[in-house]
Amino acid sequence: MINFMDALMFYGFLQKALITSIMVGIICGVIGCFIILRGMALMGDAISHAVLPGVALSYMLGINFFFGAVFFGVLTSLGIGFISQNSRIKNDVSIGIMFTAAFATGIIMITLMKSSTDLYHILFGNVLAVRPSEMWSTLIIGVFVLVCVYAFYKELLVSSFDSTMAAAYGLPTRVIHYFLMTLLTLVTVASLQTVGIVLVVAMLITPAATAYLLTNRLWVMIFLSAGIGVLASIFGLYFSYTYNLASGAAIVLAATVLFVLAFVFSPKQGLVFRAIKNVRKRELLSR
Amino acid sequence: MKTAIAVNGLYVSYYGSEALKNVSFTVEEGNLVGIIGPNGAGKSTLLKALLNLIQKEKGEIAILGKTIKEMRTKVAYVPQRSSIDWDFPITVIDTVLLGTYPKLGIFKRPKKIDKAFAHECLEKVGMTELRNRQIGELSGGQQQRVFLARALAQKPEVYLLDEPFVGVDVTSEETIISILKQLRDIGKTVVVVHHDLSKATAYFNELILLNKELIDFGEVEKVIRPEVLDKAYNNQFSSLTNLEVKA
Repeated sequence: MINFMDALMFYGFLQKALITSIMVGIICGVIGCFIILRGMALMGDAISHAVLPGVALSYMLGINFFFGAVFFGVLTSLGIGFISQNSRIKNDVSIGIMFTAAFATGIIMITLMKSSTDLYHILFGNVLAVRPSEMWSTLIIGVFVLVCVYAFYKELLVSSFDSTMAAAYGLPTRVIHYFLMTLLTLVTVASLQTVGIVLVVAMLITPAATAYLLTNRLWVMIFLSAGIGVLASIFGLYFSYTYNLASGAAIVLAATVLFVLAFVFSPKQGLVFRAIKNVRKRELLSR
Repeated sequence: MKTAIAVNGLYVSYYGSEALKNVSFTVEEGNLVGIIGPNGAGKSTLLKALLNLIQKEKGEIAILGKTIKEMRTKVAYVPQRSSIDWDFPITVIDTVLLGTYPKLGIFKRPKKIDKAFAHECLEKVGMTELRNRQIGELSGGQQQRVFLARALAQKPEVYLLDEPFVGVDVTSEETIISILKQLRDIGKTVVVVHHDLSKATAYFNELILLNKELIDFGEVEKVIRPEVLDKAYNNQFSSLTNLEVKA
């Protein structure tokens, strides 16, 4: 750990990596709460994969891949909605069809570009190679996402909890859905360098699910989830740097360890306390 | 007395199959109205059409003389219990506080006065002690009371409740119906989707009897006659009497 701290003081690339992954931990944790509460974990996975053709197209055109990614992310979520609303195809099936199609398109586009190293980095991320411009775009996206969630917290809360009531008093629930999908796409883009497309979904749902086991209040859940995301990022980066592991995988596994801890030891939902409660109850009854 | 709800020639269908056919009725302010009818009669559909949550094919709906879009904040809806995610990380008091959101508008947060009002509404349904519980930890009746409190917090003129007595204990049912009667007595309009015919006379003063079409509408005593009910329930009751005769 001391080596890591020394290296952190010394190497600019490590500082950039740390700042970027902390920001990713925060925004994934925050957006992830809404994703899991709306039962859209699969949607999160889908959208994160679906940005691949957008990233490839942006490379080809030489523009910031932010634009291409948002375009394809939103297009895919519209496509998913269109298919499930206009046929007997269920939502999860529609998600499966659309995101694999987008992902496959992306892979073919990147193969045509003949640069497989880029593909590897996009798919799995490499936070230790993050460039200053990428760090800044992650920070800007992060601030934008956080401001949006803060500004529309009330609307996000009521539409996630009871979308019927939200619609009944005139909130545009469909607009809110696609707005959230857009934020999700932005978060995915911001996370490309850190955890990569394939594992973004873990950063979205694992810290949020961990927080979900620990509290009964949404705003507490959001802060906890962001905090857990940050912890996972720091631990992951540490292991990635020290043992030369893939950064995305290390961060995701760190998040998984935190989830398992909460799953076992959470005061209200954890296995241990539930078992204790059950035993006590049985003792009471057998007396 | 003003007209609270006026429905004229309402048609609603789901994917081509008709859910409501040519339904017309008017409810004056200060009435407690039950919507009754067999399963699949379109009772919930009627509530959702009133709220403009589903598209109508034809017909007019007026709430307090205007369209629902202009009157949204004057109407509160209490959903069926089965449509709520009871594991959602939200406490009882925060659920009631949601009722103050419609009048706050976008970007604004509930202030002290709104929170105090939410507490007041929670007290009315007798749930103050459980205010910091997560909503999933409550019994069915307590959950229903919380959602009634949320509707109260919306300060509406019209209350629409979908099956509020399903899976609800007797005490909660009594609390809820007495609050609904108080609301009626101060001039609010309350419409309740209900399936239990036996309590209809005790609970409501007007009934809407529905089976895709409007079978009958009016004073409870006028509607709740066997020959009228038979039309809605497709002679289910007469077949029951036949069975009795045979046995």
